[in-house]
Amino acid sequence: MTSTAPSPELQPGAYDPTSPLVASGNLRRREAVSRAISGLATASSLVAVAALVIVTVAVVRHGAGALSLSFLVKDPPQFGGPGGGIASAIVGTSLIVAMAAIIATPVGVLCALYLVEFSAPGSRPARAMRLALDLMQGLPTVVVGLFIFGLVVKPAQAESGFAGSLALAIIMLPLIARSSQEVLLTVPRGLRDGTDALGVDRWRAIMTVILPTALGGILTGTILAVARAAGETAPLLLIDGAFTPGTTVQLFGHAVPNIPVLIFTAVESADPSAFARAWGAALVLLALILIANVGARVLLARSRARMGL
Amino acid sequence: MSVRASLNPRAAARGRVAMEGSLGDRILRGLCIAAGLLAGGTLLAVAYQVISGARLSISTFGLPFLVHSAWAPNLGHFGAAVMLYGTAVSSAIALLISTPVAIAIAIYLSMLAPRAVRIVVGPLVEMLAAIPSVILGLWGIIVLAPFMQRHVEPALHGVLGFIPIFGPAQTTGLGVFTAGVILTVMVVPIIASLSRDLFLSVPRELTDAAESVGATRWEVIRGVVLPTTVSGVSAAIMLGLGRALGEAIAVASVIGAGNVVHVSTFETGNSLAARIALDFAYIVSNLHTASLFYLALILLVFGLLTNLIARQIASRYDVHRTFA
Repeated sequence: MTSTAPSPELQPGAYDPTSPLVASGNLRRREAVSRAISGLATASSLVAVAALVIVTVAVVRHGAGALSLSFLVKDPPQFGGPGGGIASAIVGTSLIVAMAAIIATPVGVLCALYLVEFSAPGSRPARAMRLALDLMQGLPTVVVGLFIFGLVVKPAQAESGFAGSLALAIIMLPLIARSSQEVLLTVPRGLRDGTDALGVDRWRAIMTVILPTALGGILTGTILAVARAAGETAPLLLIDGAFTPGTTVQLFGHAVPNIPVLIFTAVESADPSAFARAWGAALVLLALILIANVGARVLLARSRARMGL
Repeated sequence: MSVRASLNPRAAARGRVAMEGSLGDRILRGLCIAAGLLAGGTLLAVAYQVISGARLSISTFGLPFLVHSAWAPNLGHFGAAVMLYGTAVSSAIALLISTPVAIAIAIYLSMLAPRAVRIVVGPLVEMLAAIPSVILGLWGIIVLAPFMQRHVEPALHGVLGFIPIFGPAQTTGLGVFTAGVILTVMVVPIIASLSRDLFLSVPRELTDAAESVGATRWEVIRGVVLPTTVSGVSAAIMLGLGRALGEAIAVASVIGAGNVVHVSTFETGNSLAARIALDFAYIVSNLHTASLFYLALILLVFGLLTNLIARQIASRYDVHRTFA
């Protein structure tokens, strides 16, 4: 190869077979640009991860001092001041979010079933439903709060934990519907064909084969939606914000203490012990949410592995 | 779309089977349709409630509500101008910072990162979106605002002070700019994870072809990856904008609840959503409530618009339709 003369089309000096194979001139500049961009992309990812770490560390550092067993099992003091815990808010948030999940999960899964099992992908009703779910996901959460205020709280003349559950259910519904839809679409085709071949009714195929197969993924979506709803503050502030500190398990008729509003009202108040309590509550909330997120991902990976994906 | 449906005999057959199916099939199908109607009905009910709640304020102030800047509940003066300005500026700041950062993250996660790094960093970036806004707000007040006031704002004022939006730093660090930074933290994971999925969906043949003719990695990104995904990325940015416009709590914590339009972004301001969240505990009159609903109506229109635009842009994008 080296013995052949440079072909006559090439400009003199454009190609020299004896020169070492390193970038020079224009190519060197292009590779420098490429490397610089790669460096910026890497740095951006580091910044995002750093933001997560910085916020988490700040919450842990400020909140760890407040954390103790009595912080988790005692109610906040009746008239402010130091001491006490956030037990009533933990109980309240758990109940409100659980009720929201009970409302939103069946509706969300049914919406997903309609999209995947009972309609052609491009049909008019399927498109309308997808549009409705998309728009619902785009609703500002404070607007959802005002909606429930006008629908439930104002006519009843009373804030309530249940009103909070309704608002959170509206926020969770599109998230659950979307994740369920994605999981249902990944159920292996062979399973559907198998039930069809056996002449099984569609509803029995769905209840006994398709939903059980997709259960892990649906559960993942529900956990992520619960984690999202547990930290929602704006709607609760409007419809479940004026609560007394005591523990209650009655969701109807009066406002129920909850962690997000407890944090927010402490932020707006000037009471230093309320601030300490808010950091402790933030730590509890963040820990629960991050654990739920990691758990949901593990669950999803496991159920995908079982489906052979 | 109808062409697609008719080309899919399986789906068509499935629909027919269900239609003519057993009682169980019809019940389940009926339940599914009921769930869908419930979702759609909820959306209509939201629009109705917000409009009817705002009626008193709409009839009192009309459209000039949008340009009046006074907000004095005790005097019965209400106008949305300060909030519109604060919402627009804080969201714009958030998008200006987060768009390049998020796209860079998506590039890293889809093309540069080794697999082992990718499966750790990807979920971590998404987890940033899981931090509740109330915690970001708390962190914003205690940690971020003082930091902005002491370090970032003086530096920006020193270098770019000739531009009026970078005025001198104020005493607390609470303001429109800090709100924009907090929103950035919330918007980046949304745009980044959507864009990463788009970049991963670019057909391998296209990038391979570019690389085979000697394009560097950046040239592949700029020449192939970004052009094929530009509408999808734009849709992701619109969804991020929707999130930024509607965020109430984090913004309410750090924007400073100002009542005046300031040119400098380091001054306090207010946003539509934050005003609703902050005022609701101190309602003084029916007109006050109605005016908050009016703000919510504006917010609702913006929210729906950004979503519709995002859908519209995204529907134009379909790499599989073009290249499959």
